[in-house]
Amino acid sequence: MKKVLTLLLIGALLNGCSSSDNDPNDPSDDFDRAAMLANWADNIIVPALQQYVEELGSLRAAVTDFNGAPTVNSLQTLRTEWLDAYMVWQQVSMFEIGRAETITLRNFTNIYPADAQQIDENIAQGEYNLTLPSTNDEQGFPALDYLINGIAGDDAAIVQALDNDNHKTYLNDLITRMVDMATEVRNDWTSGYRDTFVNNSGSMATSAVNKLVNDFIFYYEKALRAGKIGIPAGVFSTAPLSDRVEALYHGDASKALFLEALNASQNFFNGKHFGSATTGESLSSYLTYLNTIKDGEDLAGLINNQFDASRTSAANLMDNLSQQVITNNARMLETYDQLQMNVVLMKVDMFQALNIQVDFVDADGD
Amino acid sequence: MFASIVRFWSYGWIDKLYIQPKFFFSYYGFEFVKPIGEFTYLLFVICGLSALAIAFGFKYRLAIITFFLSFTYIELMDKTTYLNHYYFISLLSFLMIFLPAGAYFSIDAWRNPQKCFQQVPRWSVDGVKLLLAIVYFYAGLAKLNSDWLLEAMPLKIWLPSKYDLPFLGDLLQKEWMHYTFSWAGAIYDLTIPFLLLYRRTRLVAFGAVVVFHVLTRVLFPIGMFPYIMIVSALIFFDAGLHHRILAKLSRLFRISKERFDNGLKLTIRHQAKALGFLTAFFVLQLVLPFRHYLYPGELFWTEEGYRFSWRVMLMEKAGYANFKVVDKQSGKRFYVDNSDFLTAFQEKQMATQPDFILEYAHHLKSHFESQGHQNIGVYIESYVALNGRRSRPYIDPEVDLTEHKESFKHKNWILPFNDVIKGL
Repeated sequence: MKKVLTLLLIGALLNGCSSSDNDPNDPSDDFDRAAMLANWADNIIVPALQQYVEELGSLRAAVTDFNGAPTVNSLQTLRTEWLDAYMVWQQVSMFEIGRAETITLRNFTNIYPADAQQIDENIAQGEYNLTLPSTNDEQGFPALDYLINGIAGDDAAIVQALDNDNHKTYLNDLITRMVDMATEVRNDWTSGYRDTFVNNSGSMATSAVNKLVNDFIFYYEKALRAGKIGIPAGVFSTAPLSDRVEALYHGDASKALFLEALNASQNFFNGKHFGSATTGESLSSYLTYLNTIKDGEDLAGLINNQFDASRTSAANLMDNLSQQVITNNARMLETYDQLQMNVVLMKVDMFQALNIQVDFVDADGD
Repeated sequence: MFASIVRFWSYGWIDKLYIQPKFFFSYYGFEFVKPIGEFTYLLFVICGLSALAIAFGFKYRLAIITFFLSFTYIELMDKTTYLNHYYFISLLSFLMIFLPAGAYFSIDAWRNPQKCFQQVPRWSVDGVKLLLAIVYFYAGLAKLNSDWLLEAMPLKIWLPSKYDLPFLGDLLQKEWMHYTFSWAGAIYDLTIPFLLLYRRTRLVAFGAVVVFHVLTRVLFPIGMFPYIMIVSALIFFDAGLHHRILAKLSRLFRISKERFDNGLKLTIRHQAKALGFLTAFFVLQLVLPFRHYLYPGELFWTEEGYRFSWRVMLMEKAGYANFKVVDKQSGKRFYVDNSDFLTAFQEKQMATQPDFILEYAHHLKSHFESQGHQNIGVYIESYVALNGRRSRPYIDPEVDLTEHKESFKHKNWILPFNDVIKGL
């Protein structure tokens, strides 16, 4: 045994010496995951939620104003507030953790396309229960989109169509539910969940880092890459589906919403504070820290480059992605390919580097 | 040589029993499982009961055969959950079918003193030692590769993520620790069978066994394996120790140990045949792990000949597989959402192993054909990252996988690794 120990020590020493030369910095300071979680919570998630709740407040005020005096003017204000809130939503959507996960915030806020027929029916009958999962596509931003942008041909006709008690009630119920859900999630963060989240800095599959990174990738892959670009471009079907874009009835908002979501994803990756250029501890700095240990490729740089490449490719798209699909779907597919490459970089390379488990199962690494 | 080994196995099997429910949950609901539906419950009950029966030495021969068959059947249901230590259990139980492990300190021997023998042939105990030695030594040989020894991969990926362990967490961030663990692991695996065999180093070696396996238990999600190995290693000790343990047990349960101590030697009928058979078994065990030499390409990349060869904890492999279903006549195509078919764990395993990919591609074809699609081809865009290297394309995206059949032949549609991992 002594022999073994000696051998082992010699082996370790030899190797330790030969490769530690590569490390200019001493990688011994532990990366502070709690600091990363605190940065996510205090500088990104909670401020974004605050802003989102505020925007929804303005949207509710606009709904109230419109219901009080339905005119083309108040409709246009309502529409502006709707889009403002929709944009902030893109910065909140990916954080489906804690209360947001419990109440499936994303499903009740932004499942598109909205089921216009069912919405009409709900309004006509005045009977519906928006807390049922089956009503996912009868509420949230897409339902509002249908009502304020698509229920009739022009603004005057829309005002006319909405100018009755049933429609006003539905509008009010939609915004009330959105405000309630957002407030519930925000309050949960500010009244204790923040600490739970930051203190859960372990390495288990249920730790906050593992969970939120899984949530983030899930969001990027399903909601952003597939939902906003891939599905309308027909990547998952035998033909393109131009009516599956976000904000279909508004028309010109789909690209802007997509870009906002793309930026929000990259900002989260870089730990950029909400509404500010300051950055804190993040996946990017974590990868850089791990790289000082294993001296591998600059993964954080590669991922950022790929975010940039996706944005560059999307610059070629029309504001109305539905039109883009119809006139030149090849451009949509190009953007999709760029987004796809980051799925590989993040889900394969980044997950490996961070050693994040997809699932908890006994495994011996093969 | 006294045949008191039953007890040590009993530890292993009883422990196995406790984790049966866990197996069950991992299997249930998996799309791949060759369905036996509700009877899966029954299978686990049978497996658990036979394990108990082995431990108590009740109808030993029947019990061990039942255990071997049921346990192996469970393992064969879904290769997603393939683990070297399950394979080890299967092999060990197969080996034990031929061993008289129920001849002493067992219910069988208690009830029928004519079946009670205090001594069994030396080879029956040595067989188990040999199997254990193979497991360790081959696992050690497999570690003699450039990734493990020169790069400290994949430990360099795994260890830093255990930052939250008390005391160890900070140390695990240091590069020298990764190398220490890598080299210590390789040396441990290569030398421990011999140190256990040699009487003067045995006690220290057993201490090393305990430390090593407790460490692996703390660091990695490998379930019961560490405990099984610790207890199994007791077989290397003299019969004297086993008798002392049995004597303690006897006092505890008020069993008359003397009843078994009849000094009789067991002679086995057909001993020559059994020995010949076991020799063939061990020759196969010695050769099988080297079968990857029959395949071109990097073993870690293609995994052709990777399983059943004691390659344990050797790689960190992550993959991404995007399947495209194409109507070969109209040229129309769409991508598959894997989560419609696979669990996250299955998807992870599938994405890095060509045989999984092929099987899944065929499954997709038959699924979509049953939906009325025709002239289907299935293509894949896939990326795999191995031991901290950057991800690179894995399977040839131009190949229609449904035109290929699973076989022992080399899969020529795996793209080259374009890197070298030196080693055995």
